[in-house]
Formats: sequence, structure tokens, C-alpha cells
Amino acid sequence: MNNTEPEQTDAAQPESPRTIDIVNKGLAKRYGREKRFKMYGFFAVAISLSFLALLFLTIFSNGYSAFYQTYVKLEVFFDPADIDVDDPANSNFPGLVKKTLRSEFPDVKKRKEKKKLYSLVSSGAAFQLQRMIEQQPELVGSTMTIEVPADDDVDMFMKGNISRDVPENERRISDRQLDWIDKWLKEGRIAKRFNTTFFTSGDSREPELAGILGALTGSIFTLALTLLLSFPVGVAAAMYLEEFAPRNRWIDLVEVNINNLAAVPSIVFGLLGLAVFINFFHLPRSAPLVGGLVLTLMTLPVIIIASRASLQSVPPSIREAALGVGASKVQTVLHHVLPLALPGMLTGTIIGIARALGETAPLLMIGMVAFIVDIPKGFTDPATALPVQIFLWADSPERGFVERTSAAIIVLLVLLVVINSLAVILRNRFERRW
Amino acid sequence: MLKQRLMSPLVLILILLCLTGVSYQLGRTRALSVAKKLGAVKTLHSRPVYYGVLTALWCGLPALFVFVAWQVCEPVIMTKLVVAQLPEEIRTLPENRLNLALNDIKNLVSGNIVSSEIKPEIEEAANLYKNLQATGNVALGVVILSLALIGAFFSRQRITHVLRARNHVENVFTFFLIACSTFAIFTTIGIVLSVLFEAIRFFKVIPISDFLFGLEWSPQMAIRSDQVGSSGAFGAIPVFAGTAMISGIAMFVAVPLGLMSAIYLSEYAGKSFRSVAKPLLEILAGIPTVVYGFFAALTVAPFIRNMGGTFGLDVSSESALAAGLVMGIMIIPFISSLSDDVINAVPQAMRDGALALGATKSETIKQVVIPAALPGIVGGVLLAASRAIGETMIVVMAAGLAANLTANPLQAVTTVTVQIVTLLVGDQEFDSPKTLVAFALGLVLFIVTLMLNIIALYVVRKYREQYE
Repeated sequence: MNNTEPEQTDAAQPESPRTIDIVNKGLAKRYGREKRFKMYGFFAVAISLSFLALLFLTIFSNGYSAFYQTYVKLEVFFDPADIDVDDPANSNFPGLVKKTLRSEFPDVKKRKEKKKLYSLVSSGAAFQLQRMIEQQPELVGSTMTIEVPADDDVDMFMKGNISRDVPENERRISDRQLDWIDKWLKEGRIAKRFNTTFFTSGDSREPELAGILGALTGSIFTLALTLLLSFPVGVAAAMYLEEFAPRNRWIDLVEVNINNLAAVPSIVFGLLGLAVFINFFHLPRSAPLVGGLVLTLMTLPVIIIASRASLQSVPPSIREAALGVGASKVQTVLHHVLPLALPGMLTGTIIGIARALGETAPLLMIGMVAFIVDIPKGFTDPATALPVQIFLWADSPERGFVERTSAAIIVLLVLLVVINSLAVILRNRFERRW
Repeated sequence: MLKQRLMSPLVLILILLCLTGVSYQLGRTRALSVAKKLGAVKTLHSRPVYYGVLTALWCGLPALFVFVAWQVCEPVIMTKLVVAQLPEEIRTLPENRLNLALNDIKNLVSGNIVSSEIKPEIEEAANLYKNLQATGNVALGVVILSLALIGAFFSRQRITHVLRARNHVENVFTFFLIACSTFAIFTTIGIVLSVLFEAIRFFKVIPISDFLFGLEWSPQMAIRSDQVGSSGAFGAIPVFAGTAMISGIAMFVAVPLGLMSAIYLSEYAGKSFRSVAKPLLEILAGIPTVVYGFFAALTVAPFIRNMGGTFGLDVSSESALAAGLVMGIMIIPFISSLSDDVINAVPQAMRDGALALGATKSETIKQVVIPAALPGIVGGVLLAASRAIGETMIVVMAAGLAANLTANPLQAVTTVTVQIVTLLVGDQEFDSPKTLVAFALGLVLFIVTLMLNIIALYVVRKYREQYE
């Protein structure tokens, strides 16, 4: 900068200032602007990341408690009068649960109060007893201490989501019920422990009995089919387009098509599935088979694009060397180029599958959104998928389902993290820089 | 029963696979023995493996084709045969009743519970169906296995030292690759046809102008097409306006945040900060949209409602603002990573030039880097917009169902995707305008997003060529 003798020239020509002075005059302002601009940028990153943090915080703070569930220990006498050993399905197990509860609190006499008392334990308790008798008929006539799941309102109370301080008429648990729970608490018969039901059962209308196994199995079937179809087809298509295809208009069209398909909204693929697979080919509704086909069509462009990039990164010298020693074009590609490009292709496929795992909208269109209690056993059984289960639970008004929705989201996110880390590991392990 | 189980499709395929494996071995050994007679393996045209593969292909492929064709045609032919055997009074039933009867028959065959009591003629038909199926399965098995054996035998006989086995195998392989690469075309055709046909059926009932320019949307009201006022209920303008508003809010959130993040990360941030922040930002893109929808409905919407309440505003619990805001968060990484790419592609020489003239860093960015990167950024923004328009789960969970024509972002509006989902989820008949309109909406959605994508890809590609 030229500021060795600024004073003199300034004095000599006061009416026409030198450029440097104009620059210096504006400098503070410009540096201010520079600082602010940099700050805006930093804030943009900070805001975006704080949204991410907020999202995770909300989900985890809502969901972690679903991994614990309140259970009540009941002293059950398997009364031979109530149970028909030969036909447990027709025995009065709900009555047995009620009888047990009545014997716990003999002072409860009024009809309304009895009803309140019965509602403390889940309706699943009767099924639990039924299953026990079905497996061990010799239990009839004996007395056992059995842990049964508490009702979701009791569960919410135990987890602190229902406060004692709220007036009774605004609370889902009455004062009387609180007294009973307090008695159990004092005796140490009501406690929270790990919620295995959540991982071992299908959907249910009762939050305390609802689990993700059905949805998870549906997702696994759907994704297995997706992987099975989309990986070979995607790799083959990429191989043709990258290694064999002549450069002409038709190939250009195919390429533009693939790029566009990658950006078509997922719900449009759902419409395609509904119109073609279900209405035209009459494949079963709500089946992982159709879900897998639709997700295959959605994932293929992703896999093709990734596989092509992977093939492109293999240097031409490899091909030239193979061709030079007399290999045919197909031999060159299969024996030399493909093995080198395979890690990249696998990475792309895994990322595509991870995206398919979180996809919901197309599955809604093909009817994988039904209330399904049974765990699907095959590709044509009615099923739902994990994200669809989240959507279904999110619609339920019970407080217990909010918790379970968040917990299902946690499971989904953990799965996504695992799958994506697999992709990262694969890339770091096998990626070669030429 | 045993015969039936022996010839079930899965077993058949397994047998076919075994035969293919055996014929591979046959072909290979045959080639080797041919070579031995002539003295050495090098006298063969191709390596012995190729003779094996060729024999296996001849064994497996024709049989597989017949198998697939059979699986496609069998139910149709079976049904025709069974219907022909049914008594007159059932055969002349209207189509939907006939379908019910056929369903009963099929359920009987597969051993499921049937809707009503079993009539003798239905039971008879079911037995016939069973018999036909058994005969068909046996016939299929015989045909396929003999085809496989004949194929393997003849192709083995053809093996000589001049047979160009490798070329044959490679031709089949190339053909397979070509078939795989055309899937994209078929998917696109499938999308266009399926959506277009149903939409045309809809436009036969409701004129297209009423759909595109009508101001009233209440598809649940129109039960019959001849009902008074039913045509007025399919005006899609409020739905389009709602989509535009929510996507607009999303872009309003995402463009500044995404662009500034990209600028900061590529121009200002240190290496370590960048290596942490960039993957974290990209996590936002990997989170399933149903999670965002839950987040919007559970946290953001009540928050905005309460905020509005403290300022004395009446905010709907399904406000466009909540859905738009969360959608904006989802889109940030799309804009930031695409912009990051194009900003990094601007040659360093251009920055150096501006800096050498005395421009500050922010001036360089604003006056040199951004203008140079603008086409790429615009392309990224267009892609993000098409993403926002087609986004489904966030709006299904957080936006409203009622179609309000309003410019107030605090009110509930509905979008194209929400309407498609609500109209098509659940059991519905497929002839009423109520369900067909979903396909018309889908067609509009497809066309709009396709245009945005094509323009965006064109802009991006053109820009890339400039600096490469």
C-alpha cells in the first residue's frame, strides 16, 4: 500500500481526494460487512445443525422411556372352576384376572370402582395367563406370582407423564386408582423393567401391548426383495451403459430417463405400483412382494448412477492392458473392471437400500398401511413396514403411542446409522484412489 | 397329493437349477475330451468353461421362458375353463357377482374360509379347478424338464473344437445387460401410462378445465358423477395454491440457510470444522421424512401455535407454516451440498483475481464466485423445489385436509400429495371420480416435477461444461 507520504498530498489537493483515501474511508464499513457476512454463514450452519440437534433431542427425550414398561406382580390362583384345560381359548381368563384383582382389594364393592380397578392392568394380562395354561396345563389349581403389564395410563403415571398435582377430573387416573398404585408401590409389586413386548410383538390397539416386530419383519421382507432385484439389474444396467453402449440418441434418452427417475417424487412410484401391480396384475394388496417391486423401481436409478460413477473411476489403463493381452470386451469387464468397481457399487446399493428403508409414501399407496397384528411369514402375507408403523402410531391419540412412535423412530434411526456406517466402512476399506 | 407336491413350482425350479449345474459339467467335460482327442486344450476355440456355460444356458433358458409364460397365462386359462364348466345361471351372472363366485372357488381350492355356505356347483367347480391345476402342474413339469434335457443334450452334441462358444455366451450376456438397461424406459412408460389412463378416465367425467381452474375442492362430496354440483367439487386451484404456499415457505427457509451454509463451509470454515459440519448437515438429508412429519406434528406445530397465541394470533394447529418450516429443514442439505459442489468448481484463479484487486473475501464471494456459480445454484434450487412439491409424509402428518384458498400461512392448507394419499388410502372402488382424481393430481405432480428436473439438469450440465 502506498501510504508513505499521505499528509503532503492531502494538503496540496484538498478538493480531489486520492483513491486510497476513499478506500480507507470505506474500509471500516467494508470490514464490518465482511465480518457480518461471515457471521451470517456461521449462523446458517449453526441454525441448521441446531435443528438437527433439536430433532434428535425431541425424539430421544420422548422415546427412551418406551424401552421400559410398568409391570404389576399379581398373586394368581388358577381356579379349576374358571379354566377348561382342554379348551383354554374358551376359558374365562379376563374373569380370572378380575377375580385376582378383587381379592387384592376386598374393600372395593361398587360397580364403578371395580371397573376402575380392572383398568389398572392391561387387557393383555388375560392372554398372558391363557398362554401359560396352554403351555403348562398342570398349573391349574396352583397359585403363582405373575408379572403382568400395567395399563398404559398406569405406565404413563409411573413414567411421570401424568402428574398427581393435576385436579382429578383432568387426569386419566383417579385418586382412588392412585391409592391402589401407592399400595402396590409400597409393597414393591409394581415396577418398571425392560420392555421386551416392544421387540417381540406386532401392532396392537393397546400401547402397552404394541410392538415393532411385525413392522420390522415386513420391512425386512420388502428390503430383501428390493436388494435381490435392484442390485443385479442395477449393476448390469450400469455396466452396459458405461462399458458397452454405443454413443447414440437412444442411449442418451436412457441416460436422461434414469436421471429423471431419480428425482421423481416417491408417491408417483406408489401410484405406478397401485395402477400396474395391483389393479393390472392383481398382485395381493398390502404384500411385501408389491412393496419390494415398487421400492426396486425407486432404488434402481440410485444404484445405476452410483455404479456408473464407480465404473468411471476405474482407470482406462486397466481395460487397455486386459484388451492388450487378448481378452474379449466381456472378459475385460467381468474379470478386471467389475471387481475393481464392486466396492463402490456396493456402497451405492447400501445407500439406496437405506433410503428405501425410510420410504413411506409409496407403501401407503399399495396398502401396506393396514392394522396388522400378525407377524408376516412370507412375501405375500399382509404386512406393514417400520416407517409406515411410525406413521400409523403417530396418528394415535394415546400418550403411550407418542412414546412408542418415538421409540420406533429411534430403532429406525439406529438401523439407518448401522447401514450407512457399513457403507462408510466398505468405502474406506476398499476404495482405491488411482 | 404327493404328485402335486413333487411338481410344485419351487421344486421344479430347484430341479431345473440342478439340471443346469449338471449340464455345465457335461459341456465342460465334453469340451475337454474333444480337446484331448486333438491333443491340447489350446486347440479349442474357447476356454472349456464357455462350453459348459453354453450348455447350461441351452438347458436352463428355454425352460425358464416356458415356465414364466406358463405362470403368467395359467390363471387366466384355468379361470376360463372353470367358468365354461359352471352351470348356466352362474355363468350369466353380472361380472362382479361372477367374480365373487370365482373368489369362492379359489378360496375353496386354497383351503381358506369361504364367505357363504358352499353350494354344490361351486364345490364341483373347485374340484375341477384343483384337478386342472394338478394336471397343469404335471404337464408343466414334463414340458419343462424335457425341454431342459433336450436343450442340454443337443447343445452337448454340437460341441466341437470350432464351436465359437465364447461368442455365443457373450452375446447372451450382452443381451441381458441391454435388457436391464431398458428398465428405466419401461418404468417411465409405466408411470406415464398408468397415471395418464386413469387421469383420462377422470377427465371424461369432469372436464379438464374444471379441474385445472375450478376454485372449489371437496372430492368427498361427489358420490355420483351426475350429482348436482359434483363438477364444482373438483376444482384443484386451492390444492395447487396450498402446495405452492408450503413449498414456498420451505424454499424461503432452505435457500438462505442452505446457500449461506455452503458459502461458509466452502469459503470460510477451517478444514476440521468443515469435516465435522458437512457430514452432520448431510445427516439431515438421510433422516426419513416420516420422522420429520412426526417432529412437525409433535413439536413444531404446537410451538408455532403457542407463539402465535402469545402474540394474539389465531394459528391453526395444522398451519402451513409448521409444515413448510420443517420441510425447509429437510431441504437445507440438498441446497447446501449442491451449492457446495458448484462453488468448489469455480476456478481458484477467479477468486485470486478479485482478491488481488483488493476486494474483501465477502465481496469476492458476492461479486465473483456467486455470479459464476449461479447457474449451478439455480439448478440446485430447482431440484430442491421439485423435491418440496413432491414431498409427502411431512405434509400428510402436519398439514391439513381441508382445501382453503388462502394466503395466510397460519391457516391450514392442503397439498397435492396429501390429497392423493387421503383419496387412495383405504378400500375404494376404482371407478368413481373420487379415486380417479388422485391420478389426475398425480399426473400434474409428475409433469411439474419432471419439468423442474429437466430444466435443473439442463442448467447444471450446461454450467459444468463451462469450466471443464
